[in-house]
Amino acid sequence: MQTSYDILVIGGGAAGVSAALTAVNRGKTVAVISNPVETGSIWRAEKITNYPGCPEMSGSDLALLLRRQLAESRAELITGRALSVIPMGETFGVAVENDYYSCSAVILAAGITREKLYPGEAELLGRGVSYCATCDGMLYRGKTVALIGSSEEAERDADFLRSIGCTVLAFKENLRYAVIGRDRAEALIAGDKEYPVDGVFIIKDTVSVTTLVPGLAREDNAIMTARGMTTSVPGVFAAGDCTGKPYQFAKAVGEGNVAALSACDYIDKIKEKV
Amino acid sequence: MAITHLKTADFDNAVREGVTLVDFWATWCGPCRMQAPILEALDKELQGSVKIAKVDVDEEPELAQRFGIMSIPTLLVIRDGEAADKRVGVQNAEQLKAMIG
Repeated sequence: MQTSYDILVIGGGAAGVSAALTAVNRGKTVAVISNPVETGSIWRAEKITNYPGCPEMSGSDLALLLRRQLAESRAELITGRALSVIPMGETFGVAVENDYYSCSAVILAAGITREKLYPGEAELLGRGVSYCATCDGMLYRGKTVALIGSSEEAERDADFLRSIGCTVLAFKENLRYAVIGRDRAEALIAGDKEYPVDGVFIIKDTVSVTTLVPGLAREDNAIMTARGMTTSVPGVFAAGDCTGKPYQFAKAVGEGNVAALSACDYIDKIKEKV
Repeated sequence: MAITHLKTADFDNAVREGVTLVDFWATWCGPCRMQAPILEALDKELQGSVKIAKVDVDEEPELAQRFGIMSIPTLLVIRDGEAADKRVGVQNAEQLKAMIG
């Protein structure tokens, strides 16, 4: 499998697929990084009636159509969560689970993400708090860890951690959580109980945008974009629900298209300079 | 100047003087493969003014424990034997230079 692309699209919904289809038409190599289709917002929509050219259908049917179209295109699909985007001069490194890829431009299209973190989560990230069991699990062999998450992935991660010798306290409910510790995670507060642990794995479908792209300008819980769907980071574009309201399929598709064309222009300009 | 791979036995001696940038990595860590070429390029650029070293946390668990390594990769700057700055996650060239000072 390739590890280097012209454009990496983070998110496989309306905006992401629209962006990918547009970019491959402009001759760019593209991969879409996405979770399984059932985890996205479109899947949960009962019916979409205002997408022009498309007869009324359920969100799940529309989501599957998008996936099929993506599969039939020259864009690739990488299943997994993007964990961080690292600017490396003229390219970006994108960590996806325990792999990494590089690209010239990034299009953020991961939809509405949970930006509010638990107390202690941001402060102790990398010091006992982790978003990725396969990435950091080996460092907790023989230790006790908490795992917060209700998805199938969270269950698989809990099994993985147990298989390598961790004692796992699994939390699936929506309780009030807080991670406490000074230099490192020492305990997890869940509801009104405190559990001493060596590490806390928080398994969410998506990593918050602020964690994914540090320094990205946001406003009103959305990524700030200018004309052409550019963001405050050159080479990073954004489209769809992650850029704010309205949360509509039609808007996402349009923004994905614009973002892709901007990304293609951006890449062509870089190549001209060389 | 080349990047040295440090073991517990020779660690203290190697970092005793000057500035050393230590990369704590592991064979099972994907993003570490992103970090490696960045360090190679930096090493060429710095030409020995700063030493760059790597520690495999699986082979040297005592060193990983000593510096509280809880996520991979972790980059650590040591000045004259004392740990000065620690960053978790892949660091690009600019970020590494800021760490080194």
